[in-house]
Amino acid sequence: MDEPTIDYRTPRGALAAGARDAVGAPVAVLAAGYVGYGALASGFDFPLHVIVVSSLLIWALPGQLIMLEMHAVSAQLVLIVLAVSLSASRFLPMTTVLAAMMRHPRYNSWPMYASAQLLAMTCWVAAVNRCPQLPAEQRLPYFVGFALVCWLASAAASAVGYFAAGALSELVKLALVFMNPIYFLLILAGETKAASGRLALVAGAIAGPIAYTLAPQWSLLAAGLVGGTAAYALHRWSRRG
Amino acid sequence: MGDLLLLVLACAAGTYLWRALGVAVAGRLDPDGEVFTWMACVALAMVAGLVSRMLIEPVGVLATTSLGVRLAATACGLVVYFVVTRRNLLAGVLAGCVALVLLQTLR
Repeated sequence: MDEPTIDYRTPRGALAAGARDAVGAPVAVLAAGYVGYGALASGFDFPLHVIVVSSLLIWALPGQLIMLEMHAVSAQLVLIVLAVSLSASRFLPMTTVLAAMMRHPRYNSWPMYASAQLLAMTCWVAAVNRCPQLPAEQRLPYFVGFALVCWLASAAASAVGYFAAGALSELVKLALVFMNPIYFLLILAGETKAASGRLALVAGAIAGPIAYTLAPQWSLLAAGLVGGTAAYALHRWSRRG
Repeated sequence: MGDLLLLVLACAAGTYLWRALGVAVAGRLDPDGEVFTWMACVALAMVAGLVSRMLIEPVGVLATTSLGVRLAATACGLVVYFVVTRRNLLAGVLAGCVALVLLQTLR
C-alpha cells in the first residue's frame, strides 16, 4: 500500500477534515437524490417521521426506492424486505474493502460495526480513494466525519422533499436525477489511481448495461463479479507478462 | 402508521446485514493481499456498472431523455471537470446537469 502523503495530525483533525470534504459536491449530490425520495414518499402517503427514520436507518437510496414502489403496489412485507436486502448486497464487498483499510489497534470491533451503518456509495468512493494517503489511525475518523455529514444532510433533504413535493418541475427532477451518475462518473474517473481499479471501472462499465438487459434483478452483482474478476485476472496477467 | 415503521425497520435490518457481514469478513482480510485486490475490483466494477447503466439505460425521469442528450451532457461534465476547472467536482456535476436541462428544453 502507498505511503501516507496527507497527515491531519490527530484522529480529531481527520474527523474534521472528512466533514469538510463532504460539504460541496458529495452533499449536493446526495441531497438531490434524497429530496427526490422525500417527494416520492410523501406522494405515497408516508408520514414525515417515517421518511426521515427510513433515510437514517436504511441509508441506501436504491433500497428505499424499491421499498416505496413495492409498498405502493401492496407487495407482501416479506417480499419487500427480500428485494430491499438483495439490492443492498453491494454493501458486502464495499464494507469489506473499506473496513480492511480502516483497521487499526486503536479501534476495536464496535466502532467498525457502528460506522458500517454510515456507509453509502458516495462515502465509500471518497474514503477508498483518501484512506491509502492517510496514516492508518486517521482513516476511520476521516470516514466517520465525511459520512456523518452526508448522512445527516440526506435525512434533512428527505424532509425537504416531503414539503417540496408539489413544487418540483419535470426539468428540476431531471437535473436532480442526473446528478448521481455524473458525480460518480467524474469522481471515479478522476480519483481511481490503482491500475487494477482503472481496469475494473472499464470492465464494470461494459458489463453493467449488458447484465441489466439479461437480468435486471441481478445486474449489479453480476456486473461486479464478472467485470471485477475479469479486471483482476487481466491485471495479474499483465503484471506477470 | 405503525405498519410503515415496521416496514422501515425490517428493510433497515435487511440492509444492515450486509454491512455487518462486510466488517466481519474484513477482519480476516489482508489489505495488501490478492483477495483484497480482487474484492476492490468487484466493488469498483459494481459501482461503474451501475453508473453506465444509469447513463445508457436509465429508468424513471431520465428515460424521457435521448441517449444523445445524456451523452452530450456527460461530455460537458467531463470537459468542465478535467479541462476547464482542473478537477472541481461541484463545477463538473453542475455543468453536466445544466447541459442536460438545456439540451432537453432546446430539443
